Amino acid sequence: MTSADPSPARPWALLAELTHACPLHCGYCSNPLELTRRSHELTTDQWTDVMRQAGELGVVHTHLSGGEPLLRRDLEQIVTAAEAAGIYTQLVTSGVGLDQARLDALASAGLRSVQLSVQHADPRASDRIGGRRSFAEKERAAQLVRAVGLPLGLNVVLHRENLDAIDTIVELGVSWGADRVELANVQFYGWGLLNRAALLPTREQLAGARDAVERWRKRLNTGPELVWVVPDYFDGVAKPCMGGWGAVSLTVTPDGTVLPCPAAAALPGLDPPNIRDRPLDWIWEHSAAFTRYRGTDWMADPCRSCARRDEDFGGCRCQAYALTGDAARTDPACRFSPDHGVIRVPADEGADATAPVRRRVPGRSEGAATWV
Amino acid sequence: MTAAPGTDWRPVLAPAIVRRHDPVRDVDLLLLPERVGVLTGSAAAVVGLCDGTRSVPDIVDDLAERFPGAPVATDVPPFLERMRKEGWLR
Repeated sequence: MTSADPSPARPWALLAELTHACPLHCGYCSNPLELTRRSHELTTDQWTDVMRQAGELGVVHTHLSGGEPLLRRDLEQIVTAAEAAGIYTQLVTSGVGLDQARLDALASAGLRSVQLSVQHADPRASDRIGGRRSFAEKERAAQLVRAVGLPLGLNVVLHRENLDAIDTIVELGVSWGADRVELANVQFYGWGLLNRAALLPTREQLAGARDAVERWRKRLNTGPELVWVVPDYFDGVAKPCMGGWGAVSLTVTPDGTVLPCPAAAALPGLDPPNIRDRPLDWIWEHSAAFTRYRGTDWMADPCRSCARRDEDFGGCRCQAYALTGDAARTDPACRFSPDHGVIRVPADEGADATAPVRRRVPGRSEGAATWV
Repeated sequence: MTAAPGTDWRPVLAPAIVRRHDPVRDVDLLLLPERVGVLTGSAAAVVGLCDGTRSVPDIVDDLAERFPGAPVATDVPPFLERMRKEGWLR
């Protein structure tokens, strides 16, 4: 496929960021630094139409995410709309606010699965990392999900403060009855990049965690599937970000902006389209935001002549921009990037234990807009 | 007839899997959290027989009748085994 291809393959998945509002304030939040106010969020009717259009475009999976999607009172209606469009729904939640009545209503609407975030296996550490007391609610939420019979996944973002706790995290997944535990090494853009000095693990921590995952994989014949999301700062290999730009999935943000990935709003000059102005199929096939880095034609060397260009797609555009100022350069995570030093140096130095964690705070405008 | 090794089970889709037709791509899909399985070629017909009541030899016999001359007896049991290993069937 080239960028000139008039009809790219259809997307499989939609990340629906229903709201940026969230009871948690994790220092690596995947929301942008500029949060969308609640008053600017899409309406129920608009989300219903997004789901209809997504289904017609070929989307078969959606992650109903946020922020905390449970803060949308119309979440049940959005699930209904996705189900009607033939789209398999997964709720991506902190667990805060998931009681029996809400889960029953969501399951009746057709919700298919739940992914629950956990920050640490130790309740106090989990609460500290999430910036709020929430562990007990998460445990309760996991019990409810199991009781109603939906598949349960745990997502744990890994960083300096919890990489030494893989054993207890996996044990937590087993005891909570999870089908899947996603061990996702923190990605450094947006809030994560802002707090990189506090989050970066050491190479020794990572090696220990990797060994622990391997041990558990051998040990667990039944029980949760363990997914290890690689730490691209440390491997010298760029990740195949999003399975390629505009290749597999798309993101709709709370205000209706449509992006090839949730971090792409930070790219300058992308001029991302909005679902309020344009139909989704046009956005996917023709918008400049989606065609700009699709395929391989946009690449410069070393990617252009690299044998891996169709495997890693040049890595992550947002990381290339954040670290080099040019979104079209090779991802510095790649050892062949001329900019690889900007990643290798901090990775070798590891975290600064004295660095404070800057969190999104309600009511402040400095890098953290109001959400209430 | 004695069942061949690896055929003494009654395949059924794992719980929580949603099977549906994808009208955009005109294929049958198996959907799980984070996973999509595309049933190409005769895979849809094979999986359609995995209802937990039929044994592997039952499925082979059924398919052999519907697709005379196809290499059903050699291809279907390993296909089912592969689907089981990947977690789609149990």
